[in-house]
Amino acid sequence: MELIKKQTHFDFMGKFKAALIVSVLLILAGIASIAMHGGLKFGIDFEGGTLVQLKFSEAPAIDSIRSVLKEMNFEDSTIQEFGSPDTILIRVERSDGELQEMGSKIKAALEEKKGFTGILIERVEMVGPKVGKDLRMKALLSILYAIIGIVIYISWRFELQYAIAAIIALLHDVLITMGAFSLLDKEFTLVIVAAFLTIIGYSLNDTIVVFDRIRENTRRRSKESLRDVINTSINQTLSRTLLTSGTTLLVVLALFFLGGEIIHDFSFALLVGVVVGTYSSIFIASVFLVYWESRAHPKKRAKSA
Amino acid sequence: MHKELRWKIPLIMFVIAGFSWLAWPLEEKINLGLDLQGGVHLVLEVEAEKAVEFSMEQRTEDIKHALGAEDIEVDRVVLNKDTNVIRVLLVDVIDTTGAETVLKNYTALEKKDALRGGLELVYQLRDEEYQYIQDNAIQQALEVIRNRIDIVGLSEPTIQVQGTRRILVQFPGVKNPKKIIDLLGQTARLEFKMVDESISPEAARTQGVPEGSELLEERVFDKTTKKEIKKIPYVIKKRVLLTGDMLTAADIRYDQDFNEPYVSLTFNSLGARTFFELTRDNVDKRLAIVLDGRVYSAPVIREPISGGQAQISGSFTSEEAKNLAIALRAGALPAPLTMLENRTVGPSLGRDSVNAGISSIIIGMVAVVLFILIYYRLSGVVAVCALLLNLVMLLGSLAYFGASLTLPGIAGIILTVGMAIDANVLIFERIREEIRVGKTVRTAIDAGFAKAFRTIVDANVTTFIAAIVLFQFGTGPIKGFAITLCIGIAASMFTAVFVSRATFDLFMSRKKIERLSI
Repeated sequence: MELIKKQTHFDFMGKFKAALIVSVLLILAGIASIAMHGGLKFGIDFEGGTLVQLKFSEAPAIDSIRSVLKEMNFEDSTIQEFGSPDTILIRVERSDGELQEMGSKIKAALEEKKGFTGILIERVEMVGPKVGKDLRMKALLSILYAIIGIVIYISWRFELQYAIAAIIALLHDVLITMGAFSLLDKEFTLVIVAAFLTIIGYSLNDTIVVFDRIRENTRRRSKESLRDVINTSINQTLSRTLLTSGTTLLVVLALFFLGGEIIHDFSFALLVGVVVGTYSSIFIASVFLVYWESRAHPKKRAKSA
Repeated sequence: MHKELRWKIPLIMFVIAGFSWLAWPLEEKINLGLDLQGGVHLVLEVEAEKAVEFSMEQRTEDIKHALGAEDIEVDRVVLNKDTNVIRVLLVDVIDTTGAETVLKNYTALEKKDALRGGLELVYQLRDEEYQYIQDNAIQQALEVIRNRIDIVGLSEPTIQVQGTRRILVQFPGVKNPKKIIDLLGQTARLEFKMVDESISPEAARTQGVPEGSELLEERVFDKTTKKEIKKIPYVIKKRVLLTGDMLTAADIRYDQDFNEPYVSLTFNSLGARTFFELTRDNVDKRLAIVLDGRVYSAPVIREPISGGQAQISGSFTSEEAKNLAIALRAGALPAPLTMLENRTVGPSLGRDSVNAGISSIIIGMVAVVLFILIYYRLSGVVAVCALLLNLVMLLGSLAYFGASLTLPGIAGIILTVGMAIDANVLIFERIREEIRVGKTVRTAIDAGFAKAFRTIVDANVTTFIAAIVLFQFGTGPIKGFAITLCIGIAASMFTAVFVSRATFDLFMSRKKIERLSI
């Protein structure tokens, strides 16, 4: 079986303006959403705070939980369903020592005041504000280090402009995924940072396969313009790009639908990342290469145009 | 080609057997992370500067006492906690040399200055001593935490220093995590001090506490409701006469009349002698038993107590008394601990996560395998075999490194499954291209592998860089994810480039193949 019967000759480079507009719009939408939300929404990992996951024997009324929390002076808490109506996630911003026993305290108060029975404390996570700050710094640094390491490697194996193009594609993917997170009001946690680093790895993987072909073709087809070489290269690797994205998407979808609530956001990030990463290695990274070349060798560009 | 296969095939067999042996049986060989089996992950910070503060306070009171013993008239001995400077203020310059001789015994201190003609002597804690006390506090805290966990008898705990002053404690699947968290957090500094009876607590509150004493409270609880009813203030002399360090045993006992729990203490020989001397010297005075800055009781000493036995009573529940006994037996923490991070996962959630993770792995795998078989037919079988081998290598490596499988780790495995196929896809697509331009099967395979190889390396190395950074940065579950990703990448390069190649060669060596099922 073949997904793409014979060598395709799509003019990807000709569509780059449309692609650029789409990308810029997506990124702007994300940035606008982040700005409107007053920045990214950080989970307790980065903000500090306490998280309690309770499982009730039957779906409780959120309002009754809220009133109990209010009586306990946890007005600043957020309450939400988690996966199913009988599972409730409570988040309190503060994380002082007193809150260490928050799980059992809330459970006791709910049982005493609202007559709930059989509440199970499934998970309690407390992160001190100091740790939150540390982790945020570490997460930022780790993304920075990953990028630096990759730039060095790609510049060594290819050329600097390839590295820059790859990084632009990667930032594009990260920004769009971040925007999607903000639009859907999802929280940034440690696990999400892991997902982002994976997206970075995946996006690069995809980009490099295309670059590799471009590198090979520039040697063989030195007479053609870079624009044509790139277009041919994308076409040649197209079936591989789609296949790999396809199989990766298959498993990410399995994770998204069956992996359980705890890694739901994680698989969501991967889902967006894989789709955007595939798109960016076709349109974004290569466009930059052509642009770079046209700036460096304006003559060549005139000939090809 | 035959020659190469002669060593390649046994090597592949060996790898399969080795990793299978490492990974099987899965239930025994693969550790589940805390998020999958339930458990507690704590990060505690040792407030090491508090250890310095304790030690300086102790030293100040000691110096006062030592100077008094030498009949040196002292106006005041003042400690500055921020700079760790002790100032000795003398009444007469006659005593300057005498005081200096006494202070020479305190080798941790360094003489900085003598002001006002020798009336004011300035001593500071040496820098190396400051560092030593802090480092020692961390090591001691580690030891105490280990002891406490040993006494409770938790299985498979992880206790390690993180950074300079943080301690990571992890233990899987406990029924009552709160109890253990409480136990670990208790400083358990037991001190015997005299009550300052020169002034009543009420007077001290208005007029100020006398030099060398402080106000401490006893909390009294209602016997039935266990609620705090009142606080009794005491003026307590700062000088510590005896500490919990000299204990050999601490046990929970029950009062015969009221069946109330108390903690019985047994001192070692030095402690017993100190206890005897202090009770002998202070008959008819009140001795306060202070734990973590709270007075538990302040009985009047009726007669000298020999035999080295004492008890702490207070309104305890049995649970509290038991915890206190454990904490005292395991030793006091050199400084208080602050809880920086506490992640507790219940066992039921862990089980749910395992089930969800496994079902998503299976479904994802089946989908990928079916797709590849349909798409590449016979060559697809090669890819699927490589994929399965990849999985075996991944599990075997996890077992070998003793890495725990976490929920993000499962995600890592799934992702590896998706990406492992990529290497094969790269090779197969390349082979197809070569066949398309009219090459024979043999040369197409050769060219396909050769050309795809460089791409595979470049593509995987970049992902590998991201995974390594993730490993460096990550804590807990994320580390698990990074490890599976790293191993998965390495394994997929081996399986795609080496195993798939050998399999193709094996087919080719049997008979001359005109058409490749790809």
